[in-house]
Amino acid sequence: MLKLDNISKVYKVGTFGGKELHAVSNVSFDVGDREVVSLIGESGSGKSTIGKMILRLISISAGTIVCNGVDVSTLKGAGLKEYYRSVQGVFQDPFSTYNPIFKADRIFTIIRDEFFPRISAPEWNDKLEKSLTDVGLNPEHVLDKFPHQLSGGQLQRFLLARALLLDVKFLVADEIISMLDASTRIDVLNLLADLKSRGLSILFITHDLSLAHYISERAVILYRGCVAEVGATEKIFGNPLHPYTQMLMASVPRLDKKWGQVEVELKAKQSGLTGGCVYEERCPVADTGCARDRPTLVEAECDHFVACIRYKDK
Amino acid sequence: MSLQVKKLTVYYQTLRWVVRALEDATLTVADGEIMGLAGESGCGKSTLCNSLILLKPPMRLVRGSVTLDGEELPIGDMERMNEFRFKRISVIPQYAMNAMNPTRKIGKMTKELLESRKVDWKATLPELKRRLDLVKLSHDVLNMYPIELSGGMKQRMVMVLSTLTDPSLLIADEITSALDVSSQKAVAEMLVAFRSQGCCKSVIVITHDISILYQIANSIMIMYAGQLAEKASTEVIIHSPRHPYTKLLISSLPTVGVKYSERHLKGIPGSPPLLLNPPVGCRFRERCPVAFEKCIEEPPFVEIEKGHFVACWKEPAKNA
Repeated sequence: MLKLDNISKVYKVGTFGGKELHAVSNVSFDVGDREVVSLIGESGSGKSTIGKMILRLISISAGTIVCNGVDVSTLKGAGLKEYYRSVQGVFQDPFSTYNPIFKADRIFTIIRDEFFPRISAPEWNDKLEKSLTDVGLNPEHVLDKFPHQLSGGQLQRFLLARALLLDVKFLVADEIISMLDASTRIDVLNLLADLKSRGLSILFITHDLSLAHYISERAVILYRGCVAEVGATEKIFGNPLHPYTQMLMASVPRLDKKWGQVEVELKAKQSGLTGGCVYEERCPVADTGCARDRPTLVEAECDHFVACIRYKDK
Repeated sequence: MSLQVKKLTVYYQTLRWVVRALEDATLTVADGEIMGLAGESGCGKSTLCNSLILLKPPMRLVRGSVTLDGEELPIGDMERMNEFRFKRISVIPQYAMNAMNPTRKIGKMTKELLESRKVDWKATLPELKRRLDLVKLSHDVLNMYPIELSGGMKQRMVMVLSTLTDPSLLIADEITSALDVSSQKAVAEMLVAFRSQGCCKSVIVITHDISILYQIANSIMIMYAGQLAEKASTEVIIHSPRHPYTKLLISSLPTVGVKYSERHLKGIPGSPPLLLNPPVGCRFRERCPVAFEKCIEEPPFVEIEKGHFVACWKEPAKNA
């Protein structure tokens, strides 16, 4: 469905843009049909940047993103519009996505004007009603309301309904539940899982490992723009091989057991990117080789890759 | 008994409406206790804690009393509360990321802050440095501007600032919500370390993330729509909750190890009531799966076992 091949994003920073910030470096993974892939990482790991590159909101510095055989970065005009018919994003904060002056259903009107100019009014209303029912909303209760009259969960579902109006095949879900309350959170998550069974592929960007485990088949662990570990969710969660993944797993607050005595190494101040492993300065098992060579992804077991030269030693 | 709150009721007064944000909150926090306060957004948990430290309009104190270490807190009186704020009762605010003055170096800001409270800066400096070590910040941060620190570092710096005067009660309002899992764990453990080292006597931790509370809190209080629903020790709340809302809330949390394909978790249907005109009786009635006729009356917050308080008609019937 969607294939990322060695993509990188470099920002120019500093007063005159003299310095470079590698937000994403050489990330490759693919998302199959009807597959949910979680992209997990701390803040600043480049997970949202990848989502934005897929949605063509920012340019790609190097590498290619191929969607159904078409290179996404070459799309222009009508081609790009076709692309947006099948690929859409939903973002973290549902409250600031809406213009508070207009009614919330204006987002649907915009879709109609842009993508379905020739559709008749009754046909459109049927379509709208269907997509609202699909996301578990009652059209009578939520249409013709201002954003402040709807709850966060409702607004977030509105955005999902908007994406569903365009026959989407691929959804970038960027932290879509972190702003919601615990009681409504799980409903939106279940909704995503239902959509998957109807043939949608989802890139689920999150920092919450328990949510990722709940919903996804495959997971990609990012650290400072590099892939640390990638593979089937059960394998990563059951047998984390990269020291960073192990540290993340140990830090997840759980209801069934208390935190163990795993020391959390706090993030050091972002220094310049050296040639070695990006995790070296926080890694408890790093040795001299780690500072020298950037590790590449190696297959540890079937469908489980890890980027650590010392994973075998443990 | 470090903190005792009796029948605290706080409304938000606007020109036309009264929002009944907090009704008859009665609780005690013991010395050295870390109490977690959890609930959905808008359930009144921040109102409860703000009223303990800064009860300013549009908040209006309707009734209730607060006692800290046997001394009555004049929470309705902005001026007289100055004696207690920061020294006896302190807060790590929800906006800790933006709590520091961006135009001052952190050291200078701390100095001004202490001087405004008539605390000797020179005498406090060694203790300040010791606490910076405790939260693993280098002493250089005192010569830095807040913008040079990452979110987690700012959070830890504010934690040090808030506890400099060894308050009896520390209120931590959603301090871990904006952090990633690894810094979340570090900050939460530092909070426990602060309590153990006597930097503050008791702590109230507000959060909507119950799994964090399970890790650090001694007791947990669950609020719903401005009222207390249940309070008990952490183990009891997590493993044998009695209030239907607590049960639903805990069963809706996904934990590592649960997969959608194997087990469907369920949310709580419906949404919390508006507090402008709250329903009479139990406010959870409309979403409650076990509601019956008696729920039209307001359930009392009673102790059903030692240290286990529940506000539900289904529970106290046994020993009423």
